[in-house]
Amino acid sequence: MKSNQALEDGRVTPEFVENERKKRNRRESLTGYAMISPWLIGFFGLIIGPMIYSFILSFTDYDMLSAPQWIGVSNYVELFTNDPRFIKSLQATLTFVAIAIPLKLAFSLFLALLFNTGRKGSGMFTTIYYVPSIIGGSVAISVVWRQMFGRDGAVNTVLDAWGLNTISFFGNSTAAMSILIILIVWQFGAPMIIFLAGLRQIPQDLYEAASVDGAGTIRKFMKVTIPMLTPIIFFNLVMETINGFMTFTQAFLVTGGGPRDSTLFYAVYLYEVAFEFLNMGYASAMAWILLVIIGAFTLLIFKSSTFWVHYD
Amino acid sequence: MNQRTKLSDIIYYSFVIAFSFLMLYPILWMFGTSLKPETEVFANAASLIPVDWDWLNYPEGWEGFGGVGFDVFFRNSLFVTGSVVIGSLLSCSIVAYGFARIKFRFRKILFACLISTVLLPIQIILVPQYLLFQQLNWVNTFYPLIVPHFLGGTPFFIFLLIQFIRGIPRELDEAAIIDGCSRFGVFWRIVLPLLKPALVTVAIFAFMWSWDDFLTPLIYLNSVEIQTVSLGLRNFMDAEAGTSWGPLLAMSSLSLLPQFILFLFFQRYLVEGISTTGIK
Repeated sequence: MKSNQALEDGRVTPEFVENERKKRNRRESLTGYAMISPWLIGFFGLIIGPMIYSFILSFTDYDMLSAPQWIGVSNYVELFTNDPRFIKSLQATLTFVAIAIPLKLAFSLFLALLFNTGRKGSGMFTTIYYVPSIIGGSVAISVVWRQMFGRDGAVNTVLDAWGLNTISFFGNSTAAMSILIILIVWQFGAPMIIFLAGLRQIPQDLYEAASVDGAGTIRKFMKVTIPMLTPIIFFNLVMETINGFMTFTQAFLVTGGGPRDSTLFYAVYLYEVAFEFLNMGYASAMAWILLVIIGAFTLLIFKSSTFWVHYD
Repeated sequence: MNQRTKLSDIIYYSFVIAFSFLMLYPILWMFGTSLKPETEVFANAASLIPVDWDWLNYPEGWEGFGGVGFDVFFRNSLFVTGSVVIGSLLSCSIVAYGFARIKFRFRKILFACLISTVLLPIQIILVPQYLLFQQLNWVNTFYPLIVPHFLGGTPFFIFLLIQFIRGIPRELDEAAIIDGCSRFGVFWRIVLPLLKPALVTVAIFAFMWSWDDFLTPLIYLNSVEIQTVSLGLRNFMDAEAGTSWGPLLAMSSLSLLPQFILFLFFQRYLVEGISTTGIK
């Protein structure tokens, strides 16, 4: 109606319609940009800009006192050829991820299957099992772990009472790594709930069809449940692996990276380099290597998914 | 058959209950030990229930260290967390509406950017962001903890809200626009009220994560008077250095209280939130 009024002779030319449409699209586009502007500012100002800056810094020597000095790839060379602590941190992180993440996923899948049998009270139990996921990253829980696994802590008291040898959890590399793994696996509640949601989405008629074909419980599990669940397993595997590589608070507070750097996780070492030694160029190089490592693992999981993830 | 079901029920329930106990043991132990007198902390290390109840650990821990008490840390945490929740709600909902409903140039590319940042490791921006905030003179202030959240700092929330808005019928928007409502009007008066359940989920997760956050306060908050509960607790631990576990565990328990209360009242939203989007 409005466009008709706009023309004096009352006719609408195609150009006019086209112009009006363009104008409206432009206005719509502007509104769109206005609405996403908070994120846009954050994306360029707090992520993309800093990432570019960090990439440049990774080729410099920068201690925050004097201007950054361009040193080429020296930081990267130094890291891989002349920094035993860096190699140790890589080893510690990879060991941790390789053990903790599969264990965590196995626990979460097993308990999700158990709760999916539809017995009474499963809602209450899933809630209880989910609690550690919420508070597991807190300083309070790290305090608890330090006391419980301390020399005279709760665990050693129990071991002693049972006539077993007490363990120096913070003096032994394997033991120190183990208590961190336990702390992470303990938080299996979140992936468990995602598995449960996935299990509930499997169409019941698939099971009925399998029954008609004479499949037993185990066969149904192997041929229906697991294939239908592979997209969820894939999702959880990607998320947990990425988070695993970034584990910081627990290692920083519970073991402090010790003993002898055996639990010096990548994120902990990066923090030390950046904010204790104020070696910003070196830390930036470490950050980019971490990004490449995480990217490579994610890509590997994505590539392998064609072989084991079932989509329909 | 009946006999077999009964037997499997017994096995199931005994396992699930025993395992619940194991899962909750560290938390119960923390509460229990926070009520033990110092002599009992080690003498009775593994027990959950104190022989002598000692509530004095709480007032003693509340005093904090170096003249700064936990009342200061709690006030700081409440301020930071409250601001983060408000910032996340405002910025993420309006950005999500823009992405979900409005056609603008480069929308597809920008949406891909948004999704790719969901999985971006925070370590990559830690150093340059610190240098940026240092240039702005924001180190040792609350700004680095709060401002990013007013700029859509958690892409996960935006993604969650976009998914939710896509489920709201477009006809509602269109009808309002024909009636002369502006885009902002549609967002504010029509979409936002319908978004309430998703906003509750966002608010709870924002609260939980901000309250828990340790790395950001550790990097930015140097003065004791502006530290949050998580950082204060860590420094309290270092100050006490294993000499007085009672007050330390009392403050640990208190530090988790807000999260427990929230979980108790809103667990449905949390469980729905993670099962639909897979956030932690």
